[in-house]
Amino acid sequence: MAYSDKVIHHYEHPRNVGNFGTQADVKTRRDIGVGLVGAPECGDVMQLQIKVNQSTGVIEDAKFKCFGCGSAIASSSLATEWLKGKTLDEGAAIKNTQIVEELSLPPVKIHCSVLAEDAIKSAIADYKAKNGIAADATPAVAP
Amino acid sequence: MTPKSPIYLDHAATTPCDPRVVEAMLPYFTKSFGNPGSRNHSFGWEAEEAVDKAREQVAALIGADEKEIVFTSGSTESNNIAIKGAAYMYEKAPAGSPPGTRGHIITAMHEHKAVLDPCKRLQKEGFDLTILEPPADGIITADMVAAAIRPDTILVTIMWANNEIGTINEVPKIGALCHEKGIVFHTDATQWAGKMPTNVEADNIDLLSLSAHKVYGPKGAGALYVRRRKPRIRLVALQDGGGQERGFRSGTLNVTGIVGLGKACEIAKAEMDRDGERLLKLRRKLEDAVVSQLDSCVINGHREKRLPHITNISFGFVEGESLMMAIKEIACSSGSACTSASLEPSYVLKALGVGDELAHSSLRLSLGKWSTEAEVDYTAEAIVKAVKKLRLLSPLYDMHLEGIDLSKVEWAHH
Repeated sequence: MAYSDKVIHHYEHPRNVGNFGTQADVKTRRDIGVGLVGAPECGDVMQLQIKVNQSTGVIEDAKFKCFGCGSAIASSSLATEWLKGKTLDEGAAIKNTQIVEELSLPPVKIHCSVLAEDAIKSAIADYKAKNGIAADATPAVAP
Repeated sequence: MTPKSPIYLDHAATTPCDPRVVEAMLPYFTKSFGNPGSRNHSFGWEAEEAVDKAREQVAALIGADEKEIVFTSGSTESNNIAIKGAAYMYEKAPAGSPPGTRGHIITAMHEHKAVLDPCKRLQKEGFDLTILEPPADGIITADMVAAAIRPDTILVTIMWANNEIGTINEVPKIGALCHEKGIVFHTDATQWAGKMPTNVEADNIDLLSLSAHKVYGPKGAGALYVRRRKPRIRLVALQDGGGQERGFRSGTLNVTGIVGLGKACEIAKAEMDRDGERLLKLRRKLEDAVVSQLDSCVINGHREKRLPHITNISFGFVEGESLMMAIKEIACSSGSACTSASLEPSYVLKALGVGDELAHSSLRLSLGKWSTEAEVDYTAEAIVKAVKKLRLLSPLYDMHLEGIDLSKVEWAHH
């Protein structure tokens, strides 16, 4: 399959790879929100971690790791770029269709962008739950 | 030394034409272009002579008589003619009879779709079908077939060597068993013929499919071996028309393709021993290099009972399509869903009980006549580098290193 230059660029130079600690560490850190979506048997797992300034509610840093195809890696890499500097609400407003457009994903790869949106929502929901912030109108996890 | 890029390691998908094959074919496009069915002029005679020669070359490769060779467009067509043609000929009850009453057919889960789908169509048409589940090593034994045989079994179809993992089934023994029980035995020998010694007499084959393009011949040409004596196998023809190929396969013969197939078979017969020995060494070198430098790798299928030129390796915690992107200068295949139209991981690996996550993580590398040691060394190095890079990206590898059992994690399925 021929990928767009943007997908290839993200794949070859993924942004913000990593995490803010082991699975056990991040579970206890209240400034970190973790989203882990997908399943190994489906061929895609995305882990997205956001580091939030607890007084301003701004996402100061974001890291990802991804088991998946080139577009899954590119989608999650792009998500970390977009999240940095956004408030939680702005982050939660990112839509998979924006990712599809930015990366020119073909129809067969749209599920990668959906997974990235899920990861964003799930990381924000995790942060909110840890900090006792009620989940607002935005659903935590896409249906 | 860096070999010339791109490197082709997908010979189980198709092979380049041998220049000697192309050379043999060329006169039949322009100069000797006749129709072998034209009985009354020299153009026809010339073409017929070429087809006869090719028939002898194909027959010689598999130890058959030339009258037992039917030319087709390739293995898919050969499989269809063999499986459906035999089922309709040896059926226990006519079309329209209740489900499961027309006769029993045995095949296996990890057969090629060109065998499974004709069998499944027959099942819809009233035949009963047993699909054997292979063990983890991928090898179908005569005992497994024996356990499935019933008084109404009319046909067994088991491939000789598997296209994704290269494992070799117990074909001569399965053939002997079928002959003893009076059951027709078909084998899809697409990956086997021309690579490994074949003798339809000693190996007890009734029907055998092969393709030219897997053995350095052209695409669009193949053959079906149909046993003529002890026992004589009869088939109901699927295609009506001019009655070519003793009525088994109507249609003007693909003379150029057939000449190419014949030449490819002749070369294969002369060179398979030498090629096989060399490729086995190269395959082992590739496997050893990769497995010794990476943890959590599995070579799929039986370690020894495999074709010399195919290997299928799962690289844990790395997804196959992204791995292929990382080694994009190397042409190979993956069992990953992302490389298939169906978005399902390889059914062959699943049939072996390889978990879905490892099926997504698999690469098939298949060597060919002109694969070099430099290419193999380069490929091993490129794979090791890519897997290491992708594991740095993989949340699953982190979890594995942290000692988390991935099978116990509750994944959010989507």
